[in-house]
Amino acid sequence: MTDAIDIKPILELRALIKSFGDNHVLKGFNLQLFEGENLVVMGKSGSGKSVMIKCLVGLMEADEGVIRIKGQDITILGQVELDILRTEIGFLFQGSALYDSMTVRENLEFPLRRHKTKLKITESNEELVLEALENVGLADAIDLMPAELSGGMKRRVALARALILKPAIILYDEPTTGLDPITSKEIINLMRTIQKKYKTSSLIITHDVDCARVIADRIILLVDGINYIEGTYQKLIQSEDPKVKAFFKT
Amino acid sequence: MIWLIERNTMKGPALIPSRAESFFNEIGDISYFALRFFREVFTRPFEFRELLRQCYNMGNRSLLLVGVTGFILGLVFTLQSRPTLMEFGAESWMPSMVSISIVREIGPVIIALICAGRIGSGIGAELGSMRVTEQIDAMEVSGTNPFKYLVVTRIVATTLMLPLLIVFGDTVALFGSALVENLKGEVSFTLYFNEVFDALKYSDIIPATIKSFFFGFAIGLVGCYKGYFCSKGTVGVGEASNAAVVYTSMLLFIIDFIAVFVTDIFFEVQ
Repeated sequence: MTDAIDIKPILELRALIKSFGDNHVLKGFNLQLFEGENLVVMGKSGSGKSVMIKCLVGLMEADEGVIRIKGQDITILGQVELDILRTEIGFLFQGSALYDSMTVRENLEFPLRRHKTKLKITESNEELVLEALENVGLADAIDLMPAELSGGMKRRVALARALILKPAIILYDEPTTGLDPITSKEIINLMRTIQKKYKTSSLIITHDVDCARVIADRIILLVDGINYIEGTYQKLIQSEDPKVKAFFKT
Repeated sequence: MIWLIERNTMKGPALIPSRAESFFNEIGDISYFALRFFREVFTRPFEFRELLRQCYNMGNRSLLLVGVTGFILGLVFTLQSRPTLMEFGAESWMPSMVSISIVREIGPVIIALICAGRIGSGIGAELGSMRVTEQIDAMEVSGTNPFKYLVVTRIVATTLMLPLLIVFGDTVALFGSALVENLKGEVSFTLYFNEVFDALKYSDIIPATIKSFFFGFAIGLVGCYKGYFCSKGTVGVGEASNAAVVYTSMLLFIIDFIAVFVTDIFFEVQ
């Protein structure tokens, strides 16, 4: 990533601190995501990965630190500005988080109805929904309810919903958790295809080593609330550090 | 004051039992929740589409339940009161007695309790499951204010629909009562309803209608509050749904108690 040093990061976390009472989850975490990059943050369960990603989109308030997305500090933005900035971010939730009272079509139309005019999108909702569903290979599921979909299909629809506004950044929270190995591979391939097609920058939170191996340009290992080590997959698997070794050898 | 401000980070004075502390915390939180509702209900964007959907779900889909409850209420109330009134030779008072009781008190309270069970628990469970499955977070991340979309629309819908449901339930209850009088006392429907409209005054109808708006608001507020801040997975959803009904039922009686006092002052109930 030596080329990236001169480029401005599209997303940046600096000295992020977050505690829950006496439980200090993040103790000065730093991260920079560059344009077109796939950055993977790894760490064992309960290490604070999900807390970090929630602070990043404003779902949780960090105790201290700077969070910049496209150069804007989200900690000082008003609600309206934050909502506009959020249209630049797609978020794939661990459990898919599809609105279960709505059909697949309505799930995908939901962000469109709110932001289409503001973002000056000229295509019709129908075209955009179909395009997003074709990207994930689920155009036939357009009128199904989320309860009628399998786990893998739900994850694909959630990815289509995250993509519908064509965001610059996509955040993946444990994209392969709870899926069988074949479906996991399909989701990972889909993530790569989408990244190539839309030139998005991706921040992937996972503890799936296979996922990191396939998709990561760069990996940050989150241990004890800090970025313990950072580098390519090859660099990390060759590390002699016992904590790193323990993670990649399991 | 320090205790109130820093209650999240420090324990209350030892003299205050923890149950009392959590009770007052809950009162404070629900008051803040209500305040936030009033702040957001008048600001753009207005979610009319979702509001209409909620009005349909809460109003139209409760009609059968409210209708059946009202009909049986009127029927049973008349059947039970008849022998006593006959003993005093006062069965001609039946329409006025039943109408005033149902319109002023029994109708609004019973129908509000029924709606607390159907609508309040439904809201608690729906929002609770949306919270634990991160649907509310997903809504927020997509740049939609979930409080406005989910909470404001539901509270407005219950506030608007409950008075209509109560008017409908009262009317059906009076039909139930008229049916008993027609079958047992050979009183025609026309005569019965003439007596009813003679007996009812604006001072019976207006306070009951105003009260029913507050009932609707309470059902929506508590259901939304319990669901919106639901935690602890699926157990939490069940608790939210259950607590929504229990708390709302208590609140309905408190509102009714206050409403009787206020009505007494403004409408001089005799």
